Amino acid sequence: MIAIIDYEAGNLTSVARALTHLGYENEITYSAEAILAAERVIFPGVGAAKATMATLKKRGLDEVLASCYDTGKPMLGICIGIQILFAHSAEEDSECLGFLPGYVKKFGTTDAGGKTPHPTLKVPQIGWNEVYQTQAHPIFEGIPNPAYFYFVNSYYPVPETEAVVLGQTTYGLEFCSAIAHKNLIATQFHLEKSGHVGLKMLHNFLTLR
Amino acid sequence: MLTKRIIPCLDVRAGKVTKGIAFKGNVDVGDPVEMARFYYEGGADELVFYDITASNERRDIMIDVVSAVAAEIFIPFSVGGGLRTLEDMRGVLLAGAEKVSIDSGAVRNPDIISEGARAFGSQCVVLSMQVKRVPESEKIPSGYEIYIDGGRTPVGWDALEWCARGVDLGAGEIVVNSIDADGTKAGYELALTGAIADLVPVPVIASGGAGNPQHLRDVFVQSNADAAIVASITHYGEFTIENIKTYLADEGVDVRDTW
Repeated sequence: MIAIIDYEAGNLTSVARALTHLGYENEITYSAEAILAAERVIFPGVGAAKATMATLKKRGLDEVLASCYDTGKPMLGICIGIQILFAHSAEEDSECLGFLPGYVKKFGTTDAGGKTPHPTLKVPQIGWNEVYQTQAHPIFEGIPNPAYFYFVNSYYPVPETEAVVLGQTTYGLEFCSAIAHKNLIATQFHLEKSGHVGLKMLHNFLTLR
Repeated sequence: MLTKRIIPCLDVRAGKVTKGIAFKGNVDVGDPVEMARFYYEGGADELVFYDITASNERRDIMIDVVSAVAAEIFIPFSVGGGLRTLEDMRGVLLAGAEKVSIDSGAVRNPDIISEGARAFGSQCVVLSMQVKRVPESEKIPSGYEIYIDGGRTPVGWDALEWCARGVDLGAGEIVVNSIDADGTKAGYELALTGAIADLVPVPVIASGGAGNPQHLRDVFVQSNADAAIVASITHYGEFTIENIKTYLADEGVDVRDTW
């Protein structure tokens, strides 16, 4: 059983449909018991950092996710799911899970190096953009480098440690679009809406050892 | 680089795909799930389903179409046509659409834009506008007027003012649907699309008038559109999405050329 964490974000059913299509039994749930018993955990969805964290805490899911992380259960975060892994998000000044050192910034604001991004950058970024794989990882098995994935995001993660960065994408500036650390994998792009390459990468996560 | 999107539009009437010329005289050309799969495998970046029946008794048919498409097609798609309430929006989103496209419903009740954006996020709410060229006047300073009801009823609003207001209310994307260009195959309405792309900070999708790949190049390069809707030129096999993308890539337009 694959648990899809229900924290009232949008887009949960899309991930469920993709898993069903790939032949994996799945459940959209906020039950701690079900999540802790699941083989793998996915936390997808479109949402705001503050509201997402508030719902996670209200349901005690911040601790459930921490426990999954500590016990080595394979975990996949998508979109808001990559952003909440970091310590802090600039979106409504939100404290996040803090599994990884780093923070989350908004496009169109000055980047860490002080360079001003493209003045006519549309925010959110909506559409297909290239992901460049910056290190080899089994999650990329069979995925061309670069490959196009579907993005919908106004914010992007800025990890403190380069070693966790798995993929990079350019939108006004270069940003980290995928990470891996221990049993954690997360992508800023939507695997469930990225056609065959997205489904392949989702399949890679589901068969990751 | 973020690529320019090509979005086939499937007009759906009573569960069947049609394509109208200037919004009139629709003819059935196919099954929506079959056509969606054809476009998905063929490299479409996104799909739009437009329910042109839009009467209440037909609503469930459209939900079934959305569910059937969402079970097999793993690229984003939006649904529009006759959506008036939050419940209408919730219905198609839960059935698997990525976005809702609101048009006449938003003109009649602009608050539906902000309600939708609050409930589902701006990225889910696409404001689609039917626009017709008219003489410039005090009321319509741009010379582009908003119409509703399949291009039949003038509203008396300026198109540029309405799209700016729509974005303020929370629309995450704008579809510029030119009534004059629709079905002509003479090219997109470049001036209007360009004016709107310059005006709003959200993605702009050009619609109506595509007759050949150069028309897409023109609206991407000259009008700075983020995406373009196609229908007739690909529905009947005159061009494929791949043909169009190969042409655009040769012209220096960034497109998703592998899938």
